[in-house]
Amino acid sequence: MAGFNKVVNSYAEAMAGLTDDMTIIAGGFGLCGIPEGLIAQIKQMGVKGLTVVSNNCGVDGFGLGLLLEDKQIKKMVSSYVGENALFEQQLLNGELEVELTPQGTLAEKMRAGGAGIPAFYTATGYGTPVGEGKEVREFNGRPYILEESITGDFAIVKAWKADKYGNCVYRHTAQNFNPMAATAGKITVVEVEEIVEPGELAPSEIHTPGIYVNRVIKGTFEKRIERKVTRS
Amino acid sequence: MALTREQIAMRVAKEFKDGDYVNLGIGIPTLAANYVPDDIEVMLQSENGLLGMGPYPTEEQIDADMINAGKETVTAATGASIFNSAESFAMIRGGHVDFTVLGAFEVDVTGSIASWMIPGKLVKGMGGAMDLVAGAKNIIVTMTHADKYGNSKLLEACTLPLTGVNCITRIITDLAVLEVKDNAFHLKERAPDVTIDEIKQKTAGKLVVEGDIAEMQF
Repeated sequence: MAGFNKVVNSYAEAMAGLTDDMTIIAGGFGLCGIPEGLIAQIKQMGVKGLTVVSNNCGVDGFGLGLLLEDKQIKKMVSSYVGENALFEQQLLNGELEVELTPQGTLAEKMRAGGAGIPAFYTATGYGTPVGEGKEVREFNGRPYILEESITGDFAIVKAWKADKYGNCVYRHTAQNFNPMAATAGKITVVEVEEIVEPGELAPSEIHTPGIYVNRVIKGTFEKRIERKVTRS
Repeated sequence: MALTREQIAMRVAKEFKDGDYVNLGIGIPTLAANYVPDDIEVMLQSENGLLGMGPYPTEEQIDADMINAGKETVTAATGASIFNSAESFAMIRGGHVDFTVLGAFEVDVTGSIASWMIPGKLVKGMGGAMDLVAGAKNIIVTMTHADKYGNSKLLEACTLPLTGVNCITRIITDLAVLEVKDNAFHLKERAPDVTIDEIKQKTAGKLVVEGDIAEMQF
């Protein structure tokens, strides 16, 4: 009896069920807090036609940028995609579609999706290209646009530690979009640095309760730094 | 003389009040953190999920899990908190951040701003800029008064796709400090040795000049 034990022992098991044309919600900001091993597994599986919802699309040769190499991504939903030459090339060739979404709206779309809220009003983007074609409604004299929430077939998440029940904690700013992504997947897979026994993490310190998590796998991480800056 | 980037940043820092929570955009705004007066405390918000951003790390302190919104390695100041991106934008959108300072391509007399997209050039994205201009109580734009061809960036109406509408109240350029209200730019201060005529000539939108216009103090 597995009970609440969510631990899987291979990346194949972790991403089992992922097929062409699915939507994947990915945690991470830049290269910080990204599920490196799960991305590598998606590359190895060779699934195509993916819609990927993630703040960024990695860099050339690392992070989600790896999935561009074999043209596995059909559409990106992101707030900023400027770090990636291959991305630019595929976008200009018409091989890749991008839906630019303000960063806070993107986070809220994931949060709302996971929370069962189909849409929400926000002032962000009103009067800009982001607001075009969207319903506008005034509250207290201020115009807001209606934004629809997002859910995915899979969510891929990077946490620092999880217990076997899938309760997760994140480390420093590697938290970013990960807790929102974790709530918004039909199947949520968390790749962690360390798996601990239930009870080892203090209940009040859990960032993501295990109810959102379907699979946990222990990974190893390169943790590449995008912009190393030090005090002069 | 037009101000240098550092001088614009120094002037921006004089706007901060003791106890302000401030979000600084990439570029000149970030430099303002270096010039916060010694007698006040401000706390810097980084929209990826850090309130209380500290200085860049030493070589020994570098941590891949500790970055700012510009994806640079950073440290947390004493009293900092770290949270997820939805929480971060809740405090921005909810009007809890006192000040946002960001750059722009154009601002117009209605306080609308264009800062993220030039048609015909590759669009990289707006990041958090649209959320920031929709949410902060006070937004200061820093930019050069005119582009390198001498074309004004202070317009009657923005020509580029907007980042936000009717949201900018203050602009600090290399030539002047201006307030935006009543469908006009109101000249408040001029850079040392910059004439009002030069500012008039480089301001395409309606400019109101009332009374003596003081030179900026640093």
